[in-house]
Amino acid sequence: MIQAVMVISTQAKPRLLKFYNFQPPEKHQDLVRSVFQLLSARPDSVSNFVEVDAIFGQGTKMVYKHLATLYFVFVFDSSENELAMLDLIQDETHFINSNSSLFTVFVETLDRCFKNVCELDVVFNFNKVP
Amino acid sequence: MEQLRTIGRELAMGSQGGWGQSKEFLDLVKSIGEARSKAEEDRIIARELEHLKRRLADPDVPRRKMKELLLRLVYAEMLGHDASFGHIHAVKMTHDESLPLKRTGYLAVALFIDERHDLVILVVNTIQKDLRSDNYLVVCAALTAACRLIGEEAMPAVLPQVVELLAHPKEAVRKKAVMALHRFYQRSPSSVSHLVSNFRKRLCDNDPGVMGATLCPLYDLILEDPSSYKDLVVSFVNILKQVAERRLPTSYDYHQMPAPFIQIKLLKILAVLGSGDKQASGHMYTVLGDIFRKGDTTSNIGNAILYECICCISSIFPNPKMLEAAAETTSKFLKSDSHNLKYMGIDALGRLIKINPDIAEEHQLAVIDCLEDPDDTLKRKTFELLYKMTKSTNVEVIVDRMIEYMINITDHHYKTEIASRCVELAEQFAPSNQWFIQTMNKVFEHAGDLVNIKVAHNLMRLIAEGFGEDDEGADSQLRSSAVDSYLRIVGEPKLPSSFLQIICWVLGEYGTADGRYSASYIIGKLCDVAEAHLTDDTVKVCSHILAPISFVTYFGLFLSCVLYTEAYAISAILKIIAFEIARGRKIDMLPECQTLVDELSASHSTDLQQRAYELQALLGLDKHAVESVMPSDASCEDIEVDRNLSFLNGFVQQALESGASPYIPESERSGVISVGSYRSQEQHETSAHALRFEAYELPKASLPVATAQASMSMPTTDLVPVSEPGYYKEDHQTSRSQPSGDSLSGEFGVKLRLDGVQKKWGRPTYSSSTPSSSTSSQQATNGGSHSDGGGSTSSHTRESSYGSKRQQGTEVSAEKQKLAASLFGSSAAKADRKAQASRKTAKESPLSEKATVTNATPPPIKEQLTPAAPPPDLLDLGEPVSSSAPSADPFSQLEGLLGPASATPVVSETPATVSSQTPDLMSIFSDDVQTGPSSGSTEPTLGDSSLKNSQKGATAVASKKGPSLQDALQKDATARQVGVTPTGNNPNLFKDLLG
Repeated sequence: MIQAVMVISTQAKPRLLKFYNFQPPEKHQDLVRSVFQLLSARPDSVSNFVEVDAIFGQGTKMVYKHLATLYFVFVFDSSENELAMLDLIQDETHFINSNSSLFTVFVETLDRCFKNVCELDVVFNFNKVP
Repeated sequence: MEQLRTIGRELAMGSQGGWGQSKEFLDLVKSIGEARSKAEEDRIIARELEHLKRRLADPDVPRRKMKELLLRLVYAEMLGHDASFGHIHAVKMTHDESLPLKRTGYLAVALFIDERHDLVILVVNTIQKDLRSDNYLVVCAALTAACRLIGEEAMPAVLPQVVELLAHPKEAVRKKAVMALHRFYQRSPSSVSHLVSNFRKRLCDNDPGVMGATLCPLYDLILEDPSSYKDLVVSFVNILKQVAERRLPTSYDYHQMPAPFIQIKLLKILAVLGSGDKQASGHMYTVLGDIFRKGDTTSNIGNAILYECICCISSIFPNPKMLEAAAETTSKFLKSDSHNLKYMGIDALGRLIKINPDIAEEHQLAVIDCLEDPDDTLKRKTFELLYKMTKSTNVEVIVDRMIEYMINITDHHYKTEIASRCVELAEQFAPSNQWFIQTMNKVFEHAGDLVNIKVAHNLMRLIAEGFGEDDEGADSQLRSSAVDSYLRIVGEPKLPSSFLQIICWVLGEYGTADGRYSASYIIGKLCDVAEAHLTDDTVKVCSHILAPISFVTYFGLFLSCVLYTEAYAISAILKIIAFEIARGRKIDMLPECQTLVDELSASHSTDLQQRAYELQALLGLDKHAVESVMPSDASCEDIEVDRNLSFLNGFVQQALESGASPYIPESERSGVISVGSYRSQEQHETSAHALRFEAYELPKASLPVATAQASMSMPTTDLVPVSEPGYYKEDHQTSRSQPSGDSLSGEFGVKLRLDGVQKKWGRPTYSSSTPSSSTSSQQATNGGSHSDGGGSTSSHTRESSYGSKRQQGTEVSAEKQKLAASLFGSSAAKADRKAQASRKTAKESPLSEKATVTNATPPPIKEQLTPAAPPPDLLDLGEPVSSSAPSADPFSQLEGLLGPASATPVVSETPATVSSQTPDLMSIFSDDVQTGPSSGSTEPTLGDSSLKNSQKGATAVASKKGPSLQDALQKDATARQVGVTPTGNNPNLFKDLLG
């Protein structure tokens, strides 16, 4: 199952956090930090998959997509397919783009739209994950 | 541009305003977005939280406004601030009549608290009520919340309703109910175990969405217990078939793929069900074949399905046709430019080689590429693959690579994993003991603190026990070469402590054994180690905390587990001094050693103190005493513990004769309050709850003697302190007790407890087939010119040439070319095996040419050296003998030659090669050496070393595979000193890996 969905800006600020296994709020910032460290160390044009056993526990993987100033991150376990998850991210970004179709030109604007999306996104994701 | 940006911003706000947020919220979000520092952000949020606290407490806030305040609260908490004051408001909002507010309430509650939180009790009631609602959207919201908020205790309260909702007329509700039940199952399988049959029923639901949702819990259940779901195989296959044939509504299509997520789930389920079940697998082949045929490799999701198919095929009962299709798709993945697909390809390959190891042959180069790739994920995956395909033939290269990679990573978690893998592979496949020790040295040097302590014990035991063969000479040679290399390494700063401990132990045990190093030299080194560690504060602190508790309580455990380095060092010094004394030499106490001993005898750690005092006591003993206290090279001998303390018989006899009363076992004693029963008596008395007023009984006169005797001969008596029998006494009467008593404490302190240590170390010698084949092929390629030495020499030279080749970088290109020429020529016949290799050729030629270029050895030289050889162009090296395809792709020829499996179909013109069915890579190297001297002055070192080696090989153990032990370790140490990391960055790598 999917364990977490995160959107993190390139300045390591969380734009959206959703954990499907409850994580105490005080742990959130640690997780964001460690995920961001991992992501920022990765060069462009490498694969979108990272194994994150050290952060989220045995057998967990992470798929991310770097779009403009945001990292979209899905964390999941072995019962999901990596490529399919990657498509989910793409889907999500399409979804958000279509909601603000006017502003896709503006990377920054997209970023800004994003900050408000927590409710929207959760609605979007709840039907995907038990 | 700036203008556009402003317009965009306004539009964004406008649209967001449309979702019901106020300007305040937008301003907040904006200011957070523009905050330049974390401090500024914190200030803004703190202000916001103040504001929210005030507003939420205000009873007059309109409800719509309340919703927004709650969202702002969620936002603040996401940024890492405590918003617990508002949680109760979220709970309140779940009671609201209006659906959007209720949903917001549920959402906020689910984000704020989990099922263990106190407030959940307040929500459970609401959820129960909402599950009964007429509005299906309310029911959905309640089910969603139930997934997050209902823990094991609250489950019975909602379970009946959730089960009822599985039959709800609305498919959305049914789906959510399935999800909720799945979630309950995950939380507490036992609470819902009687309900799992519902999932089977829902699998037949009319709505594909519900059916799809059911697959998730079924997958979990099947993973637990595949056998009880075998009856569903046919249903699953049918569903998959229908999905693949596009029988589902087009609304389930995604990127023109019919319901890909359902397909993926089904394939995962089938993989589990078909595993090792021929009959079940039989149902699946057709549909899997269909999916392969329809496979769409242009989209991510299409590839995802294909990948799942490969996983499924590699898991179920193998079918050659299916495997072929899977291998084909895998090679497509591997050849892709996308790193993601390469990653999937490597993973798929790792699965397929479990069934058919030959598949890897074809993808050697792709695998090597991935190994060199800058992408860390890909690299790790590739190492995982290599780990799976390690054999005794390629273990050296693979482990070398792993260690090389391990040195450069900082991630502790992964470093631990890869270190343990190196150890595991080394223990399982090590071709020789020298190699094993060298490899372990490297692992310990770079990841010593991350490796299981057992591994260190294993290594020490190996050095101590030798190889379990009778060849004492080889053992001692191994030991002295180990001592050599350790003496070189020991000065290096920042060695992990477990490695230092091994070094100390080996130096102590064998440092002076062969007499090449003086005792004072080694003692000096050991003192340095101890000193360096004494100045290390953490070690000191650690010893302060650990020692008093552990030493007293867990003496044995402590010794075997948490010994720190100084203890090892001082014990090593102790041993060396003991050996020296035993040899009758006079020992001069070095001043630094004296300082160390003085310092340690005042140590906070009682263990260190004792060791220091033991050392001092030892210095005062004569030769014979020392010899029996510290027998040389006795670490492998069993310690016999005389539980009856029979050596005290004489002493007891004497005491009896001089009038002592005999020992009476505790059980037979009467009227005497023995120490053991004292406590129970005391308890008995206190239980009487009364003061005693009568006078005390008179003490019995004989009691003290009896207990003293008891303590001497009955060490098991609980509360009596067991005195160390005669250890510190200089009494000659008890000298008989000294050997065993002292060896007890001394040996125990020094020697590790080796029982219970994993005995994984196998394969004392190299598998016999390879050397023989290498010999034969070598003779074949050399036209039988090399006849001296037999198997051992050939392998010796091989190893040494291999080693020196690595050390000297690429100095051997002339040989390599000649080698390549002979190789390519002899196997030209199978050039047509891979017609697709044109891309590979482009990659390969720079690879092999790189060696030539870096070496600055121009092809003409080589030509000059071997005039008979073909022209220098690598691509045109086909020997004139080969009749077929002189323009054949050399890489594919090389490739064909390297894998023993692929070599079988070779129809060669050279009869010699035919005779050796497995042209081993080893032979290549021995060929190198053969040509080394002949190639003249270009590399005298190589020639020298090979000569030296072959001389040694004659004298040294013929059964050993490696070169002389000293050379091996010396090589290691030299490489270390020069700072050269041996790289396998040459075309030989993939032969080694995949040969």
